[in-house]
Amino acid sequence: MNSPHGLLAQFSSAEQLLQAALRTRSESPGIPLEAFSPFPIQGLDEALGAARNPIPALMGLGGLLAGAGTFLLEGYSAVMNYPINVGGRPLGSWPAFVPPAVEMALLGAALFGVVAMLTGNGLPRLHHPLFDVPEFERASTDGFFLLLRSPGEDRDATRSFLQTLSPMAIYEVPS
Amino acid sequence: MSASLPSEGIEHAPTYAAVTQAICDIPLRRRFGQGWRAGFAVALLLALLLMFGIGWLLVRGVGIWGLNIPVAWAFAIADYVWWIAIGMGGTFISAALYLVRQEWRSSLNRYAETMTVFAVSVSGLFPILHLGRPWFFYWLFPYPDIMNVWPQWRSSLEWDFFAILAYLIVSILYWYIGMIPDFASLRDRAPSLTRARVYGLLALGWRGEARHWQRFEKLSLILAGLAVPLVFSVHSMVALDFSEGLVPGWHSTIFPPFFVAGALFSGCAMVLVLGIPMRRYLHLEDFITVRHLENMAKMMLAVGLVVGYSYFSEIFTAFYSMDRYELAMTLNRIGGAYAWVFWATILCNVLQIQLLWLARIRRSPAALFIISAVVLIGMWLERFMLIVTSLYRDYVPSSWGLFYPTFWDIAFLAGSVGLFLVLFLAFVRVAPVVSMFEVRKGARGSTQTSQREPQPS
Repeated sequence: MNSPHGLLAQFSSAEQLLQAALRTRSESPGIPLEAFSPFPIQGLDEALGAARNPIPALMGLGGLLAGAGTFLLEGYSAVMNYPINVGGRPLGSWPAFVPPAVEMALLGAALFGVVAMLTGNGLPRLHHPLFDVPEFERASTDGFFLLLRSPGEDRDATRSFLQTLSPMAIYEVPS
Repeated sequence: MSASLPSEGIEHAPTYAAVTQAICDIPLRRRFGQGWRAGFAVALLLALLLMFGIGWLLVRGVGIWGLNIPVAWAFAIADYVWWIAIGMGGTFISAALYLVRQEWRSSLNRYAETMTVFAVSVSGLFPILHLGRPWFFYWLFPYPDIMNVWPQWRSSLEWDFFAILAYLIVSILYWYIGMIPDFASLRDRAPSLTRARVYGLLALGWRGEARHWQRFEKLSLILAGLAVPLVFSVHSMVALDFSEGLVPGWHSTIFPPFFVAGALFSGCAMVLVLGIPMRRYLHLEDFITVRHLENMAKMMLAVGLVVGYSYFSEIFTAFYSMDRYELAMTLNRIGGAYAWVFWATILCNVLQIQLLWLARIRRSPAALFIISAVVLIGMWLERFMLIVTSLYRDYVPSSWGLFYPTFWDIAFLAGSVGLFLVLFLAFVRVAPVVSMFEVRKGARGSTQTSQREPQPS
């Protein structure tokens, strides 16, 4: 028999999900834990022990690369590759190169951020074991879920631990 | 401004399930009857007129429009500036109000962003079609070509190309990313497998995991932070298209802030013009409340006053400078052949909005709809005035001339409205018109009995 993906406990409110996550975290710190909610809940990611979020830094990097790249491209084309004398104006008139560089910096930051968010979240993906639990549909409406990734032999221990958190229901997630 | 409670503005805080059902039922189960079909048919006919016009333009050239020397910009650029300004307002409402934690915005931002994406898409057609040889528009982009020619970086028209490109892509990303959790809700409630698959693909496999939400929220916050300077810079560059030219009436440092104010003004007006019929037709009165309309009306009045001040300041500057060309242009604008455009602009954009000081008017959807529609007309007339009255009489009297619009000028304007409405009506039919996950933050759980709600982030 295949070992299941994990055990899914459903809670009735955001507050209860947060409490359950905090308790699980303090009682068995090592266990892989995921929580699902229909809207972001403040403090839940910290309760799960979220890693540092690299998105701001990556967006900064994207902005810098795109902005500097555009600026250098403008300078290269206007000064070296294609110099035109327009009424004796200087070829390297850098203030005029700033506006496109700024726009491309904003675009680069946005693109990096979107890609970083999606790859960080492991998206896009077509399927996930959780979608095999019919009740999981409520995670996008009013369901609050906690997923414990349990290895096969500990299943009963995990289940009885989950019971102590007094969830509304517990579902087995097939792998 | 004080931070408001998340549930403020949403009448009798509905449950999570009620919010989700109310919004999901619009694309999934609601029957769109004759009203929607009639609107869509009219919009489609107008859009077809635009398509036909574009075809004709490609065959005959820009000469099918009434533009000529000296008035070489006329309708096409007026339409362009008008549409992109409408788009700016949507981003501003969504992003700036998000940054200052005005939580009531959460039922407005989705359709405001939608309006932005479609308005910017429509606006982008006009400068391209106005190029004369539209099929070479990509020459604006510095791509590796064998002609060994580069764009002219010192031109604000080139900056504008980059600005529109960045703005269009960023607003599409901002709009789509915000819809991912809502597409997941639609996927989970879809009545048929096909629709579940379509919405499932759009939702990219979203599950609402806490760390996913954290990345999502961080990205949304920074994207909003990027969108606000983007709005200001893009519309400033639209304004620089004018103020970089040495034409009296254009060559003025007030243009960038003046244009940004005008953009927010017409954006607020379009949000009201779209929102008032939409909330009535889709029964969204619990989401888009009278309080939302009133807040939008207040914003519209505030930026409208800035626009009015800019008109005054332009005229004042002309007289204060004692520059004979500026003076002649100003007097022409107020009393010349196109004086009616100027005075109609003042009537629409300065005088009639003073009605918004009255609370009774601000709380009446019908009155707000009419005032906002008139503002939109006024803003189009303002663009027309700025372009035509500056160009038709410049320095040399021998090159003076009048502009007369042709049938195709009108057809392109009406057709662009049609195309915009086709896109918007189609969106309303298939996508979540209110950001469900953000409204859920302010809603209450059905199964919960305790008084204390966790603070949504």
